[in-house]
Amino acid sequence: MTDIPLIEMRNISKRFGGLQAVDDVSIDLYPGEVVGVLGHNGAGKSVLMKTLSGAIPPDSGDIRVNGETADIGNPRDAQGYGIETIYQTLALADNLDAPGNLFLGREILTRFGTLDADAMEAETRKVVHRLNPNFTNLKDPVRNMSGGQRQSVAIARAIYFNARILIMDEPTAALGPQETAMVAELIKQLKSEGIGIFLISHDIHDVFDLADRVTVLKNGRKVGTRKTSEVTKDQVLGMIILGKLPEEENENDVKGFH
Amino acid sequence: MNEQTTAARPKNQGFKNAVLALESTFGIDTRMLAMVGALLIIWIILAVMTDGIFLTPRNLYNLAVQSTVVGIMATGMVLVIVARHIDLSVGSVLGTTGMVIAAFQVEVFPIGAFWNWPLTIVIGLALGALIGCWQGYWIAYRGVPAFVVTLAGFLMFRGGAWLITEGRTVAPMDVTYQVLGGGINGSIGFFWSWVLGILALIAVIAVSMYSRAKHRKYGCRVKPMWAEVVLILIAAAVILGFVEVMNSYYKPHTEIPRGIPVPVLILICVVLVMGFVSKVTKFGRYVFAMGGNPEAAELSGIDVKKTTLMVFVVMGVLCAIAAVITTARLNAGTNSMGMLAELSVIAAAVIGGTSLAGGIGSVVGAILGAVVMQSLENGMVLLSVSSAMRQVIIGLVLIAAVWFDSMYRRRR
Repeated sequence: MTDIPLIEMRNISKRFGGLQAVDDVSIDLYPGEVVGVLGHNGAGKSVLMKTLSGAIPPDSGDIRVNGETADIGNPRDAQGYGIETIYQTLALADNLDAPGNLFLGREILTRFGTLDADAMEAETRKVVHRLNPNFTNLKDPVRNMSGGQRQSVAIARAIYFNARILIMDEPTAALGPQETAMVAELIKQLKSEGIGIFLISHDIHDVFDLADRVTVLKNGRKVGTRKTSEVTKDQVLGMIILGKLPEEENENDVKGFH
Repeated sequence: MNEQTTAARPKNQGFKNAVLALESTFGIDTRMLAMVGALLIIWIILAVMTDGIFLTPRNLYNLAVQSTVVGIMATGMVLVIVARHIDLSVGSVLGTTGMVIAAFQVEVFPIGAFWNWPLTIVIGLALGALIGCWQGYWIAYRGVPAFVVTLAGFLMFRGGAWLITEGRTVAPMDVTYQVLGGGINGSIGFFWSWVLGILALIAVIAVSMYSRAKHRKYGCRVKPMWAEVVLILIAAAVILGFVEVMNSYYKPHTEIPRGIPVPVLILICVVLVMGFVSKVTKFGRYVFAMGGNPEAAELSGIDVKKTTLMVFVVMGVLCAIAAVITTARLNAGTNSMGMLAELSVIAAAVIGGTSLAGGIGSVVGAILGAVVMQSLENGMVLLSVSSAMRQVIIGLVLIAAVWFDSMYRRRR
C-alpha cells in the first residue's frame, strides 16, 4: 500500500433543511483497500458517499483524489476522477436494454456520430459474461430481467470504465446467497487489481469479512474508523448502536446485545 | 374455477411463446404488427361500408394529405410524452407560427419576390424554435410542470394568432408556396414518384444488408435470411403500392397522374429524421432514459434540463412545419388554424403506443396512430356521420386503444 490515499474526504458536511445529514465527517481510502461504511439507516452513509459520487454537492469540506484537491460538482466530474458508483436503487433506466444502461451518458459512437448499438452490445456481452455467464438476454429492457441480472448490469457499468474508486451502496441487499457470493468474489478480485472500494451497508455481517477497515457513522457524525483485524464484530456493533468507540464502552452497554 | 384457470394457462403460454418467437425472428414489435392489423381491419370495414369509395386512389390521396399535419406534430409529441411531459399548446403554436408566416408573406414582404416564401418559412421555423425555447425554459430550468406551461401556451399562442392581424384572414399565399400544401399542383408527378419509390426500395435493401453485416462483425444476433427477405418484400409492396395508388389519382379533367403529394414527402422526411433522432442519437437515447428513470439519467451525468429544453424546441419546430403545410393547403392564414389539434396529436401518439407514464413510444407508431385517427375521421365523413357523432366515436376509440395497450403490456 502506498502512502498517498486514493481518496481523502475532509470535514464533509451536508444539511437538508433542518436535518444535519452529514456533520464534519472525514474518511479516506487507499489503493487495493476495502473500507466498510457502516451505520443505521439515516446515519448519513449514503449522503456522504453521494457527495463523493457527485450526486449531492457537500455544503463544506473538501475531497482529494490521489492527494490533489478534486472539484466534484456532478456525477460526470466524479466519473472523470475514476469514481464509479453502484447505487442501492441500481439507477437503471427500466425501459432501456443492458447496453443502453451500461453506456448511458458515455455511449460508443460511430464515425458519423450516431450510437453504435452493435459495438455497445458486443462490449456489454464481454463484461457481463465475466460477472454472470448465464446472462444472454442483453437486448431485453432491464425491466424484464431478474434481480441478479439487473445487479450485474449495474456492476458492469461501474467496472467497465476502468474505475479506480468504486462505491457500492448495499450491493447485495436484493440478491440471493449465490449472487451474494459472486459479488464477494468480484470485490476480492477488484481489490487485487488495486481498486479502492467503499462498501456501504447497514449490516455488519455483509462487510466485516470483506473490509480492511470500517468507518462507523451515527446521526450524521463519524463514530470512528477501525481496522477489522483489530476489532471484533461485537465491538463494531457497539460502535453502530451506541455510537461509542470500543475503548469507551463499558460492560453494561454491551450486555444488551447478547 | 380452478380447472378453468389451469386449462387457460397452457393456452396463454402458447400465445405468449408464439408472440416471443415472432418478435425474435423478425425483430419487430408485435404491438406494432397489431396496430397495422387494426388499421387494415378499419380500412376493410370502411371500404365495405362506403361501397369501396374509401379505398379509391382519390380518397387515399386525400387521406394521406390529411394525415400529414397531425402526423408531423405527433412525431414530436412522442418525444415529449416519452420524457414524461405533455404539450397542450401545439395547436396554438401552429396557429401563431402560421399567422406569422402568412402575414409576412402577404403583407410585409413584396408579393412575388422569389425569396419571399422561403424566407417566411425560415422565420416560421425560427419562431417555432423560439416558442419551444420559451416553454422548455420554464419547464426545464424553472420547474413549472409542462401541463401548466403548455396550458398557458395553449391560451397565449391562440391569442397571439389573433393579435397578429386582429383576427383578419390573410390570403392568398404565394403560388409556389401552395405546392407545399398538396393541392392541384402539390404533387411530384408520375415519373419522380416512381424514381423516389425505387430509390427508397434500394435504400431499404442497402440498410438491411449493411446492418446484417455490422451485426455479424460484432457477433450480434442476425435474423434468418428468409425473415429478412420477407421484410424486404413487405417493404417493397408498401412502397411500390403507395406510389402506384398516388399515381392512379389524376388531376381534374385530365389523365395526368398526380403522384406523391409534397406534404406527404415532407411527412416522410420528418419521420425519417425523427426516427433517426430517437433511435440512434445521444439526444434520443437520453430522452428515453429520462422517461424510464429520471434519477438514473441524472446520475449517469446526462444534462436532463438541457435535454428537456431541446425536446420542446424540436416540438416547436415541428409545429412550424405543420403550420407551413396548413397555410399552404388553406392558401391562407386564419386565426383558427390548428384549433384543437393538440388533442388529435396527443391521441395519435397514444393510439400509436406511446405510454403516458413515459419511457415508451415510437415515431412510426405515432404515424400509424395519426393514420388510424384520420381514417376514422375520413371514413365517417364519407358515411355522412355528423361531426358530433364523429367526436364521440373517436373518443371511444382512444379509450379502447389505451385499454388494449395496457392489457397487452400486463400480459408480457
